Amino acid sequence: MTIIILLISISLTIAILFLGSFLWSMKSGQFDDTYGPSVRMLFEDKKEKKQEG
Amino acid sequence: MSNSVVEESPASKITEKITCYHCGQDCEDEILQKNGKNFCCYGCQTVYDILNENNLCEYYTYDTKPGLKHELVDNDAFAYLDEKGIKDKLLLFQSATFAKVEFYVPAIHCISCLWLLENLQRLCTGVLRSQVNFARKRVTIEFDPSQISLSTIAARMTSVGYAPLINLENSKSQKETHPLIAKLSVAGFAFGNIMLLSFPEYLGLDASEQYLQQLFSYLNIALSVPVLIYSSSDYFKNTWTSIQQKQINIDVPIAIGLAALFFRSTYDILFHIGPGYFDSFSGLVFFLLIGRWFQDKTYESLAFDRDYKSYFPLAIHKQIGVEWKPVVVYDLECGDVIKVRNIEVVPTDATLLSEQAYIDYSFVTGESKPVKANVGDLVYAGGRLLGEPVILEVQKKTSQSHLTSLWNNAVFQKPKESRYKKMIDKAARGFTWFVLFFSIATAVYWYYADSANMWLILTSVLIVACPCALALAAPFTYGNMLRVFGKHGFYLKNADVIERMAGINALVFDKTGTITQGAATVHFEGDLTQHELSCIKSLAASSVHPMSELIVKHLTMPAHWTVKNLIERPGKGIEGEVACLPLKIGSANFVGANALPDQTSSHVFVSVSGEVKGHFTITTALRNGIKQALVNMNALPVAMLSGDNESDKLRMKQVFPASAKLLFHQSPQDKMNFIQDWKAEGKQVMMLGDGLNDAGALKQSDVGISISDNAGVFTPACDGILQGSQLTNLALYLRLAKASTTILKAAFAISFFYNIISLSFAVTGYLTPLVAAILMPISSISVVGFSSIAVGVVSRSILKKSV
Repeated sequence: MTIIILLISISLTIAILFLGSFLWSMKSGQFDDTYGPSVRMLFEDKKEKKQEG
Repeated sequence: MSNSVVEESPASKITEKITCYHCGQDCEDEILQKNGKNFCCYGCQTVYDILNENNLCEYYTYDTKPGLKHELVDNDAFAYLDEKGIKDKLLLFQSATFAKVEFYVPAIHCISCLWLLENLQRLCTGVLRSQVNFARKRVTIEFDPSQISLSTIAARMTSVGYAPLINLENSKSQKETHPLIAKLSVAGFAFGNIMLLSFPEYLGLDASEQYLQQLFSYLNIALSVPVLIYSSSDYFKNTWTSIQQKQINIDVPIAIGLAALFFRSTYDILFHIGPGYFDSFSGLVFFLLIGRWFQDKTYESLAFDRDYKSYFPLAIHKQIGVEWKPVVVYDLECGDVIKVRNIEVVPTDATLLSEQAYIDYSFVTGESKPVKANVGDLVYAGGRLLGEPVILEVQKKTSQSHLTSLWNNAVFQKPKESRYKKMIDKAARGFTWFVLFFSIATAVYWYYADSANMWLILTSVLIVACPCALALAAPFTYGNMLRVFGKHGFYLKNADVIERMAGINALVFDKTGTITQGAATVHFEGDLTQHELSCIKSLAASSVHPMSELIVKHLTMPAHWTVKNLIERPGKGIEGEVACLPLKIGSANFVGANALPDQTSSHVFVSVSGEVKGHFTITTALRNGIKQALVNMNALPVAMLSGDNESDKLRMKQVFPASAKLLFHQSPQDKMNFIQDWKAEGKQVMMLGDGLNDAGALKQSDVGISISDNAGVFTPACDGILQGSQLTNLALYLRLAKASTTILKAAFAISFFYNIISLSFAVTGYLTPLVAAILMPISSISVVGFSSIAVGVVSRSILKKSV
């Protein structure tokens, strides 16, 4: 049954990693604005064009 | 997104209609054309021009018609942002070449807005980077202060239709964290894992694998520690403060239950007595936090509705062309020119254009000594003007929440403590003691009957008896009722007013502006030149008294004189110097004339340079439907107090029921005394007046309501503002207030009933702590749901009869 101890320690480690990454992502503000980034990636970057012209 | 109203254009129905390329509204009056595009106004075209020049026309490709109708504004409006004190307040970071600011821009509503604001560096050189937080409508701008000033950025943003709303009080917004969500996630994580590790316990293990069971138990302890220390910390903190204040609150039983469960379980495991109840413990915290989160969300939306949706109608005179017209203060834009008259409140931060003004900031600071402001000075919202009318230029859009907070300033609170809060506090305290003793008794019983289950049952009792639904009932019932009143033109200061209204059993009315409204006839008898009449008009225009307003309306000639040395004596009249003429208008006594024997109408006497020159004869018109409104009130004692002479006595007798007291020649002090007398008789008095001469009486009464027609005077002393046209529905509103206390009692009853039923299950051991934790938020939801639905149903059925 030692395998169960191994499995549990692995699963707990992974779960704690996920919890930690969720808490980190929340603290770093990734859930503050859920709309902005989704449209921002669609903007075309015409900056260079403008400088040339 | 629901914010993007501008996209909905009526033009989609009628194809021929030309809509503005910028804002999408119909071009009604004029059509401006540029580059083959149509614009509805010069403001919209200017925005297009600016964007076009800077190669930013992509703005129009992300969202069609993204702009908002744009009025031209003065770019100097933001000059005050460069003052050092203000700049220090606003900037999040500053050095010689780098600064960071965060603006709140309410106009953000679509993808184009986001795009434009994030390309701000192309619009103003010196801006390094800008980022929009769409959900919070905030823009963070990094810029180089050696190249561009804060005011230029703000003005530039305003010029393209994105005016930042600057609020100096809490300008530096803290980064929002969600401690509750973090706590919830930790509790949920622990709950899930403990459930898994507890499976073998429930399913049974071989004797040879006992060591596994031990291991799982220790893991459970380890997982529960963060739940106790972090996730449930609020309950323990609240308990600690309640112990310090020597007052028990509703978190105490929960904290005791949690601690009992945790330490008992740890003890069981460490001394190999049993597996403990960590699954129940962590699940309990998890569901308790879900309940709290739900409660927070609902509170938030209630507060939002109150601050931003149910605003009261305040009007101010704004310059439109050469005319002064009353507009609602919320329609004021930066750069508008407004006129504030004696004792009117400055509705928003504005710079003084007149030479000087005396402002009483007692509403804001509590300090009643007037402050002198010179031309160009910034006058802050909430200041009250004393003396001659002044002209101001608006610097900031009016903030509903700011005015509401002024209104709720402690200075104007009625001395009485809110009864319902007292009642809840008392009930909650009594209930908590009851729960504590009850659970001890239960624990003692189970100790002898079945000691193995004692700890679980004890915890169930502690958790399920929690009277949190009790605490929710009142804010929700009254909060919803406030909203209903607001929708019907009746704006109350706060929830306490509803409760006091429910107890009202006597009504006192002011006459002018309340029972009467507007004038039937005004005419002048006497000997005055056109010039003198025009001076009188200027003097009258500086007062907000209904009679003065009637005279201003009656005199048609232009009057643009400045008034000096203005003194307004409530209940008597006004005096001042206009174009070097010392003028007095008001009652016979005040002006020094002999009262006229004619008692059928009101007279306003006029004196020029101390010499009585004649009088205005004014007969006022009764307010529409006032008689019916008074008839509806038949059961209540009613009184009418008027500062005028008895000219209207006959007419008032016809309007009021026979039992009503009609008193004339009442000074503001008399009115206060009268109300005090009635209160001494044990009556609970509601006073309705114009909120001006009656400010004292409004404050003296149990509920003071100021009646507002077009131009309202903001008197923080009143408890509510009623739109004049809604006065006829007053009886219904009183009934509604009574109904809401009944609803509240019903909600209390439901909450108690619920607690008693679940307690009886818990005591007899049929309820596990986990089920108790799930039932608790459900009980809160049911009480909240009941009060919201009941308020909706009752208000609809009562207001059905409204006119």
